[in-house]
Amino acid sequence: MFRTEEMDINMGPQHPSTHGVLRLKLTLDGEEVAEMRPVIGYLHRGVEKLSEHRTYPMIEPLTDRLDYVAAISENLGYCGAVEKLMGLVVPPRAQYIRVILAELQRIASHLLWLGTHALDLGAMTVFFYTFREREMILDLFEAFCGARLTYNSMRIGGLYEDVPAGWTGRVRQFIDIFPSREKEYEDLLTVNRIWLGRTRGVGILKPEDAVALGASGPTLRGSGVDYDVRRAQPYSSYEQFEFEVPVGRNGDTYDRYIVRMEEMRQSCGIVRQALDRLPEGEVRAKVPKYIKPPTGEVYHVVESPRGEQGFYIVHKSGEMPYRMRFRSPSFVNLQALPLMCKGLLIADIVAVIGSIDIVLGDVDR
Amino acid sequence: MDQTGLIQSILIPAAQILVILMVLPLLIAYLQLVERKVLGFMQVRLAPRRVGWHGLLQPIADAVKLLIKEDTIPEKSDRFLFTLAPIVTVIPALTALAVIPFASESFTLFGYTVRPFITDINIALVFLLSISSLGIYGIILGGWASNSKYSLLGALRSSAQMISYEVPLGFAVVGVMMLTGTASMVGIVNAQKEAGVWYVLPQILGFFCYFIAAVAETNRVPFDLPEAEAELVAGFHTEYSGMKFALFFLAEYTNMIVVSSIATILFFGGWLRPFPNASGLDFLENGWLVLGPLVAGAFLGWLVDQRLGGGLRLMFAGGIAGTALGVLIARSDVMGLASWHMPAVSGMFWFSLKVSFFLFLYIWFRGTYPRYRYDQLMALGWKWLIPLSILNVIGTGLAIVIAG
Repeated sequence: MFRTEEMDINMGPQHPSTHGVLRLKLTLDGEEVAEMRPVIGYLHRGVEKLSEHRTYPMIEPLTDRLDYVAAISENLGYCGAVEKLMGLVVPPRAQYIRVILAELQRIASHLLWLGTHALDLGAMTVFFYTFREREMILDLFEAFCGARLTYNSMRIGGLYEDVPAGWTGRVRQFIDIFPSREKEYEDLLTVNRIWLGRTRGVGILKPEDAVALGASGPTLRGSGVDYDVRRAQPYSSYEQFEFEVPVGRNGDTYDRYIVRMEEMRQSCGIVRQALDRLPEGEVRAKVPKYIKPPTGEVYHVVESPRGEQGFYIVHKSGEMPYRMRFRSPSFVNLQALPLMCKGLLIADIVAVIGSIDIVLGDVDR
Repeated sequence: MDQTGLIQSILIPAAQILVILMVLPLLIAYLQLVERKVLGFMQVRLAPRRVGWHGLLQPIADAVKLLIKEDTIPEKSDRFLFTLAPIVTVIPALTALAVIPFASESFTLFGYTVRPFITDINIALVFLLSISSLGIYGIILGGWASNSKYSLLGALRSSAQMISYEVPLGFAVVGVMMLTGTASMVGIVNAQKEAGVWYVLPQILGFFCYFIAAVAETNRVPFDLPEAEAELVAGFHTEYSGMKFALFFLAEYTNMIVVSSIATILFFGGWLRPFPNASGLDFLENGWLVLGPLVAGAFLGWLVDQRLGGGLRLMFAGGIAGTALGVLIARSDVMGLASWHMPAVSGMFWFSLKVSFFLFLYIWFRGTYPRYRYDQLMALGWKWLIPLSILNVIGTGLAIVIAG
């Protein structure tokens, strides 16, 4: 008498909660997701190919556009890779300022994630609170390098300039305020019954699956795997800082949320340590005017807010790379999405997408 | 029937209907402004400020925009049903207002006696429950006729949700009907006056069941699944624009006002002032004498606060000073203000104050809560609210029997 059918539905590429131009082909059985296929490539700009026709300093602005929510982490990773290739030693003051910038960027990126994640789940107010604090960080970046989104803030061998006068004081002010502000978000969400209901047990990623898929960052640590590039392969003098790497237990959306909230606190601690021990001196190593690295190849990873951000450069001759390859954490983490969403409801999908925190510029490159 | 009787029985209700139909959209437009302002305050931002002083003309601008906007109808939609749906939604919502009493005492206007409500029927409560469930048809029709998958999913969610929450909503008000023995709105409030207590105290469980179900029934946060913008774009009204969209909007806000009014009447004594039988508080009969200065003082303080850029100290100070002034005026009867007595005005004042409180709760929820998931919403309705509301009915029955 009755005939039931599965319904195909296209979520995206223009949809309010796919965080950019991700497209999901969903097969729905009622409200339940029977099958999901992510379709990517809507934001492909060919950054890797473009890099082959640019000199090394000209590539850095391109890296800003990869993960545009955390451009400083990309700058840091790219400059680190070229420095590794050339065997440059960055002055300690520049390394410390890079750490301060990268950790502030991590907080700013996590704030954007928290705001949009909560907005996806219907909690509107958190979004405005997090943007209030993100704005403070962006002001700091603007004071440092004049830009608010695509910073192009570093140079191969260090920084373009030292920080402006009074800047460290402003950073310290922000670090002092921030923990109380973070408590405001937690008051609204962490023990909220509806929030718990929407995130606990939703989108579980088992540790073995996470490792097998190559997930990294909070997506991996939420599943309980204790791996952080900053500690496993320290760069930019991260080995001199004390910080904890928070891990989750169940690998669900709630654990990834808790991990990121704790990471913001740890980032505050790292920035405070860096400010306390900030060395004096130069901010840029002696770098030749034309950057011509020796022939060879290099792979350098940094812990971006989204996970393991890798840069692979093959250099043959001249001023341009022969081959450039980015390992983007968003792209790899996105592969876990169909696994996590199997059998969930359509409302859970937005929760899970939010919890792996993808940036489409980073996925499509 | 003589001429006066004709006017009394036909023309006056018609005029009342006209007044409600004219005032209500304006009221809702400004309710929307209040919502945006309150949300703005909660969300550390300014809310509309451009059109008029502090955005006071924004609702007019919005209404004009909706009126002159292109009214698109999707090519593959069912044109007839697509047009019918907003009408089917808005008519029951407006009809419900016919039996809501804003005050009890009639007043004289141009020599005719006018009651402050359109009609008082003895099955008003049942009428309200049945008429409000008709609104679902419009939503289902709209979602289906749009011929869009998102709209369809939104409509399905909406209908399932509204049907589930009708049940606890109905059971929750049964307790009040048992206490009063009447379903007439006026009768229920008068019974509260005789009992000397608002029914929210004996019926606290019923009130909570009612209010949660009412929020769900009106599809508002945290139960706004049918129009969950993060999942279903805009739910059942994804494809609607212009005046048709405005009608859905009007219906949603009218429903909010109606369920808030019912909550006020059933559980919070309708137009009665607090402690209706305590003669020591008679000065509250002219409640606006106290609350007017309170609000004015608080508002002035807030304005100065805004200029100074500091916290809200002056707002509280202004409120307290205003209250003191108001109590002083009311007690010492300055200029005979307190003895000027008009029950209908006083009743409407208290009634709208209580309704405003519930509307504020709606906005507060919207600023605070995330959204429920579909299955969690159903679980809450069927596993918690329905058993609790039935328990409330049984408990009330037992109490009545024991008390004799």
